[in-house]
Amino acid sequence: MRPTSKSDLFWSFSWLALQGFGGVLAVVQRVLVDQKRWLTREEFVEDWAVAQILPGPNVVNLSLMIGDRHFGLSGALLALAGMLLFPLLIVLALAAAFASIADLAPVQAALRGMGAVVAGLITATGLRLIGALRSNPMGRTLCWGLAGSTFAAIAMLRLPLVWVLLALGGLACTGAYRAIAQLEAHKNARQEAP
Amino acid sequence: MSISLQFWDWLHLLGHFLSLSLLAIGGAITTAPDMHRYLVVEQHWLTDGQFTASMALAQAAPGPNVLFIALLGWYVGLNAAGGSGMPWAWAWGLLGTAITMGGILLPSTTLTFAATRWAYQNRERLGVRAFKAGMAPIVIALLGATGWILSASQGSAAESWRLWLLTAVVTLLVWRTRIHLLWLLGAGALLGWLGWLG
Repeated sequence: MRPTSKSDLFWSFSWLALQGFGGVLAVVQRVLVDQKRWLTREEFVEDWAVAQILPGPNVVNLSLMIGDRHFGLSGALLALAGMLLFPLLIVLALAAAFASIADLAPVQAALRGMGAVVAGLITATGLRLIGALRSNPMGRTLCWGLAGSTFAAIAMLRLPLVWVLLALGGLACTGAYRAIAQLEAHKNARQEAP
Repeated sequence: MSISLQFWDWLHLLGHFLSLSLLAIGGAITTAPDMHRYLVVEQHWLTDGQFTASMALAQAAPGPNVLFIALLGWYVGLNAAGGSGMPWAWAWGLLGTAITMGGILLPSTTLTFAATRWAYQNRERLGVRAFKAGMAPIVIALLGATGWILSASQGSAAESWRLWLLTAVVTLLVWRTRIHLLWLLGAGALLGWLGWLG
């Protein structure tokens, strides 16, 4: 499946950005993978990896990539505009009108409640994507080892993201490179045999 | 708060955000400490309260978290206009917003556009495939780690058990059902507002 038109692209991204309280990632996965099926779960994980490694806001990077793939530069700009335009207007209106109520105790408590929900949304998005690892060429053991080490390094040891990505990411890409090369060699050997 | 910004100051503001853009690996939020140092401590263009309000409002509003940078620019603009009550204050606010958002987005989006186009055209290359396959378990684990860090930031599980319970229930619901995410966010806000989350 793919966006039917440029306006479909723009409005789809606008609508999902407007649902994204406390971050848009969980909604992006829900809408683009589960509902609209513009991406498979596997493609989403691959694109998300790229969006995360490159500098800049991850969901902004992701919208650019998807827009570009379907409609080129203008698609990239439209997806980006969809992601930012209406939320920007809303946040500026909020700042102009309500900046003073942000300190009230019930508002603070409501924000804490939404924060707890957002923590759950993001964790669940991770859980839903685990299935995408089944087709990973590195195999189950290596995948789980890498995922476990990454979780421990970031969540428990609180190491800086850049170092974790460089060290574990480098290791993972080397492992994947060798695994894919091996699979290809097998395939070629089988094709050559009569 | 009232400040006076000259042409060169606006240019300096733009330059600073342009320079931070390519350092924002893992999201714009990772550069927030440096923005605080620059805007509040060094230049005195924002108050501490305005900086905190920018973070809080962007969290409360829908959309990408990067919008807190739009608010930083907005408040710098208001201060330069001499306060929010002055005529044309909103125009200065918009100018500030355009400068900070343009600065933080222009380099990173240009790089992303070029790099992902190259990667898509070369997606059959072994190196590109290895990168995507290798990073998959890592980025999935990063989501789990982010969820964990957000949970931990609301206090220990023994003390804030209601918030942790809410997070756990939401995790299960989103993982296993197709319930609409807005219902969950609304329920979280309501429970908090009513004071049931402690």
